Amino acid sequence: MSEPVAPLRAPTRTPAFEARLKKRYAAERRFRLAGLSAIVFSVAVLAFLLATMGLNGIGGFQRAELAVPIDFAESGLAGDESTLAGPTGVSALEAQGLPDVVAFYAGQALGEQAASELSPNAWREVAEAVVADPSLLRQQATFHLPASSDLASALRGEGSAEQIALASELERAGKLERNFDGGFLARSDATDPQQVGIWGALKGSMLTMLVTLALAFPIGVMAALYLEEYATRNRWTDLIEVSINNLAAVPSIIFGLLGLAVFLWIFPTYRSAPLIGGLTLALMTMPVIVISGRNAIKAVPPSIRDGALAIGASPVQVVFHHVLPLALPGILTGTIIGMARALGETAPLLMIGMRAFIATPPDGFTSPATVLPVQIFLWSDEVNQGFVERTSAAIIVLLVFLLLMNGLAIYLRNRFEKKW
Amino acid sequence: MVTLVHPNLEDTDAKMSARNVSIYYGDKKAIDDVSINIPTKYVTAFIGPSGCGKSTFLRALNRMNDTIASARVEGEITLDGEDIYRSAMDVVQLRARVGMVFQKPNPFPKSIYENVAYGPRIHGLAEDKGALDGIVETSLRRAGLWEEVKDRLADSGTALSGGQQQRLCIARAIAVDPEVILMDEPCSALDPIATAKIEELIDELSGRYAIVIVTHSMQQAARVSQRTAFFHLGKMVEYGRTTDIFTNPLEERTKDYITGRYG
Amino acid sequence: MTEHTVKAFDEDITRLRGLIAEMGGLAEVALQEAMDALVKGDDELAEKVIRGDRKIDALESEVDKLAVRIIALRAPMADDLREVIAALKIAGVVERIGDYSKNIAKASRVIGERKQFEPLTLLPAMADVAGEMVHDVLTAYAARDPVLAREVIATDEKVDAFYNSIFRNVVTHMVENPASISAGAQLLFVARNIERIGDHSTNVAEMVHFAATGTYPADEDA
Repeated sequence: MSEPVAPLRAPTRTPAFEARLKKRYAAERRFRLAGLSAIVFSVAVLAFLLATMGLNGIGGFQRAELAVPIDFAESGLAGDESTLAGPTGVSALEAQGLPDVVAFYAGQALGEQAASELSPNAWREVAEAVVADPSLLRQQATFHLPASSDLASALRGEGSAEQIALASELERAGKLERNFDGGFLARSDATDPQQVGIWGALKGSMLTMLVTLALAFPIGVMAALYLEEYATRNRWTDLIEVSINNLAAVPSIIFGLLGLAVFLWIFPTYRSAPLIGGLTLALMTMPVIVISGRNAIKAVPPSIRDGALAIGASPVQVVFHHVLPLALPGILTGTIIGMARALGETAPLLMIGMRAFIATPPDGFTSPATVLPVQIFLWSDEVNQGFVERTSAAIIVLLVFLLLMNGLAIYLRNRFEKKW
Repeated sequence: MVTLVHPNLEDTDAKMSARNVSIYYGDKKAIDDVSINIPTKYVTAFIGPSGCGKSTFLRALNRMNDTIASARVEGEITLDGEDIYRSAMDVVQLRARVGMVFQKPNPFPKSIYENVAYGPRIHGLAEDKGALDGIVETSLRRAGLWEEVKDRLADSGTALSGGQQQRLCIARAIAVDPEVILMDEPCSALDPIATAKIEELIDELSGRYAIVIVTHSMQQAARVSQRTAFFHLGKMVEYGRTTDIFTNPLEERTKDYITGRYG
Repeated sequence: MTEHTVKAFDEDITRLRGLIAEMGGLAEVALQEAMDALVKGDDELAEKVIRGDRKIDALESEVDKLAVRIIALRAPMADDLREVIAALKIAGVVERIGDYSKNIAKASRVIGERKQFEPLTLLPAMADVAGEMVHDVLTAYAARDPVLAREVIATDEKVDAFYNSIFRNVVTHMVENPASISAGAQLLFVARNIERIGDHSTNVAEMVHFAATGTYPADEDA
């Protein structure tokens, strides 16, 4: 082999150098600590928010109910599938005196005082059950009917001493319970917190979102495509670009004013309809889609376009076969962000009048409706204490809806994402 | 200025020809009065220092300069005698007849099959799926890629190595049955083995298509082409047989460039 | 001429030309000294020439190696390429010229009686012309001068004419003086060697012309 190699000399580490090195490492550590603290703080705030909502809202999914056994065979009510079918079934039963039957059995089971604390419309639930299954009329069944809001509050420890005593007595006897209220998700707005439901607002939100999406998405994507692919760079396009960017930053209540002035002037009869709400929110969401769409389209490398042009694809084919599929994940992300923002908007919808008390879910796009955030706002204004829990529950429903929408966005984005 | 065109060039069929072509980007003149014949069944190389305009001129041959708003072409460029800028020739049709391969391989982010099948599909070159399969196989065979990918046609085109991607791009260009293939520094992003494979491929293809290759490697131009044109500051300084240009150039500037005395 | 962007390339070419010039110089001197040794009967000088030929051979081998290295590493084109190829061939030819001078020196040792040969006076004159050809062609190489190269090629006629006349002379002398046949034969060989040196100088001139212009001068009857 060769001669022994002279040992390598270590680089000189003067004390000054060592001191500088120490400082540098210390700075790195501080920075990392700062970052970690920021994350921990954010997570803590989020956890606190969710915990508070959860704790407050969990009660909103429950309902104070009184157990009432009813013997239909004995009651003398008559009816079968044919007579009780359709919307008139409930009124037919009402005409036969179903409310009194219910009151009678309630009195029997619970005592007169408790029976008077039954929710005034509790008999409707019995009626709906019978309409759904007329064979009940020949049987016995126990119904868990909603208590009045006073009794419900008493169960929680609010209200007059007398009522609180009654509530605890009934609870001990097992006749008054807080049960999971599945109907919360099926019913609509009401004056009685015990009988209130979120479905009306939920359906209203869904319909409004559909209108918003149907308008904002195509217009936004087409505008983004045109601005990026076809428009020449001149003063006009610069002006348009600045305008759209500014539009995205406009406070949402302004759009409400616009909706009030323009859309209700065009369609005066459709006040409170998802159509108008959707139109207003579409105006608000479109700039967001255009901006994110443009960024997504800009991110498509020009080499892909060149490659497609070079084998003789026409500009439209280049856009639809190559650019759009690659830009789609970005466009979708932007769309869902815009939609999530629109879902949570209250101010513009209040301005155009979607703040009415709507007791039934909307039939279509032109019937009066309300949306989740407005419903939350209205309930939070209510005097009755029972609404506090319901409001928190509604907020949870809204959050879950948002979560689902974001989840859908992430799923779609991952599905369409192609690596290049 | 007058290009020094070597004597001893046999009269070959000119597939494409340029007459007094000048190209401007806004006010800047990138190509100044160039005239050249591109013969069929030969490989013509454009060489020259950076910024001399060879890529610009190449892109004018299939009207890719149209994508740049400020670009303007004067003069006449013909394909089989038809002016490609002024006559009624459809630019989409032109680009199917004059294909292009780029410096950085740019396969579509689709499957290998789709990459090659896209062109024939949009031009309606296949009557049915069987015919399309045939076109895809033929193109991949001619590009020397079939054996390597025949079992994985559904894989993404971007999962291939650099050299394979470039051959895929060549297969894609061939699939639309062009008459001319333009190559803009096709090997500059590839390693030596991939480069050698592409050069061998160019050799094989030259019997079938007219090929024009822009390259900044003189050795490559010397290896693959039969005709060479030297560009300098937007002008075409010299044009002749590759052997002559590289053993006995007539212009001082050409000689300086190819012997490494440039700059 | 402009320099190469890669300076080492210029250095290689300069070194190559230097080697050729050195070889050429040595070959010129070898011819002169061999002729001197022949005319004066200086055996020591003859020995010196014979030993000196090794140096020329060694230089040729160096030129070979350097030329191959330049081709491998520099990928020379156009005139650089012609330059290197020419250098390669010229080295081979000059080495042969050196060999012929060595043969003349060898012959000079063997020839015995000199005084009676009249052809012995012609030979130096012929060698002078040949020597001038070698000198001129090396000058043409150094100057990359194709015109001078052509003149060298034209001069070969004279050497050939000398050879013919010396041949007749010596043969006549040998016929008349049979005792001088062995010496005369040696002289014929010497004359032949000088004539070959002239031819080889012509080869070098053709290479010089090719390196400078890319074409060979039109063939002329030798």
